[in-house]
Amino acid sequence: MSVLVFTENWDGKFKKLSFEIVSYASKLAEKLGTFSIALSIGNVEKTELERLGKYGAGKVINVSDNLLNILDNQVYSSVIAQIVKKEDAKVIILACNNTGKAIAPRLSVKLKAGAASCVSKLPDSIDPFIVFKKVHSGNAFANIRINTDIKILTLAQNSFELIESENHATIENLPFQIDATLLKTQVKEVQKLTGKILLTDADIVVSGGRGMKSPDNWAPLIELADLLGAATACTRPVSDEGWRPHEEHTGQTGKIIAPNLYFAIGISGSTQHIAGVSSSKCIVAINIDKDAPVFEVARYGIVGDAMKVLPRLVEAVKEIKNK
Amino acid sequence: MKILVCISNVPDTTTKVKFVDDFKRLDTTGIQWIINPWDELSLTRALELKDNPSNGIQCVTIAHVGLITTEPTIRKGLAIGADDAIRINTEPSDANFVAAQLAEVIKANPYDIILCGIESSDYNGSNVGGMLAEYLEYPSVSAVSELRIENGQVIINREIDGGKEVVTIPVPFVAIVQKGIAREPRIASMRGIMTARTKPIKVSEPITLDLFTEVVNFEMPKPHPTCKFIDPENPKLLVELLQNEAKVI
Repeated sequence: MSVLVFTENWDGKFKKLSFEIVSYASKLAEKLGTFSIALSIGNVEKTELERLGKYGAGKVINVSDNLLNILDNQVYSSVIAQIVKKEDAKVIILACNNTGKAIAPRLSVKLKAGAASCVSKLPDSIDPFIVFKKVHSGNAFANIRINTDIKILTLAQNSFELIESENHATIENLPFQIDATLLKTQVKEVQKLTGKILLTDADIVVSGGRGMKSPDNWAPLIELADLLGAATACTRPVSDEGWRPHEEHTGQTGKIIAPNLYFAIGISGSTQHIAGVSSSKCIVAINIDKDAPVFEVARYGIVGDAMKVLPRLVEAVKEIKNK
Repeated sequence: MKILVCISNVPDTTTKVKFVDDFKRLDTTGIQWIINPWDELSLTRALELKDNPSNGIQCVTIAHVGLITTEPTIRKGLAIGADDAIRINTEPSDANFVAAQLAEVIKANPYDIILCGIESSDYNGSNVGGMLAEYLEYPSVSAVSELRIENGQVIINREIDGGKEVVTIPVPFVAIVQKGIAREPRIASMRGIMTARTKPIKVSEPITLDLFTEVVNFEMPKPHPTCKFIDPENPKLLVELLQNEAKVI
């Protein structure tokens, strides 16, 4: 038996998220008395594949074929399912991102394997196999027992520490016959945001709400984000008003994020907004209303007008950065 | 073309959830039940597509797995404008169970476009849509933020990390839908509410199935540490705390 972890790549590169899931899979494999296998699909250089070994993967399987350049959920799940069978994998780990969420459920049905999504820690119990995940958008958690022989987990972002070691993985390039008739998704156009720190990748996020008063007031917020190497975000009313683009909307129906540091500026903290950011490690709130619910989840708070506090905060960060 | 919208019955998203029976069951006292927000957006988009005759949509049907107590939520969907509904008469025990039930009904009476919300706001599972597609052996597109029909061809925007892709997919297929698919959920008109009373809800009996997963119990989040307030005149202290105490910058 083994633990298989599917590591997606972005233009041939892995990112922190990939190493988090490999670290998790390897630690879980250790608990199960076995080893982890990382599966990479697509064109990734050998040196990049070797990086997965550092986070504990015993072996890296590399499957590349031009048909795999498009993410077709049926094609991908069929490839992964075949490798699961070949390697006798009993637990399959994917990231809880768009790709993981697209593939895991299909795999679950194909392999008759119970699936739990966005788990946030190692299982406390292996037999029975019980995982822990957020429910009700972070207002509660659930312990979920997976009853099937094969188990599928997607891991919530930024919920597991990277574990580096001296480990080296063997790389196995696996020739693979792909069933071209399965490929139904045709990509007509790709629109990528360039030169921006992605909200879902960012360690620090600076976010503004209606307390910013006008779309013209965003300059100091963006300056603060730039100084900290942070991504920018906003609340739903702000994106609905068109003050900021929709892809910045964080909250229950927008993006769910879990950065190390989240600045909530001029955000009162509705249940729906907090649902999208409650997994952040540290929340800083700046709001004019001392009774705003955002202060209930914040570690640090400043009661004041965002327009007055922000420029001072920018200066303070500059001072420290220049030291 | 026929569109099927799968809907889930969930507590209103502002509900302060509580549990009973030693944290094994949600306390449903006083809960307002709503259509899962993403399903409601899917339904809105389906109706928008039907409104334009050139799209050639004959009907929009709701599918739901739940006991008779959930019928008010189905009626809400009918009041918004769906033509009819199918209710599979059982508790929605887990995602695989729900997907398998839906698949049975759809196999007997196929649809061209099947819409599922990307997750339900109660279990946050993100599983039913993909599982349903696999049971049906249909293609699926996930994280769909736009769906339109041009000359009989379905064109979809799907979100990818750091951008989006415009893709096409042949019918029948399952679209797993997120925010953006419709701007605002459609609100039922008075006439809609009246006509919904007489729209047909077909009740199907479930198939029996072993459960892949089961909730053992729930836990409440750990209380947050009390917020440390900093003088607005002195944000430098905040920066120092972030650096030295929280160690996040």
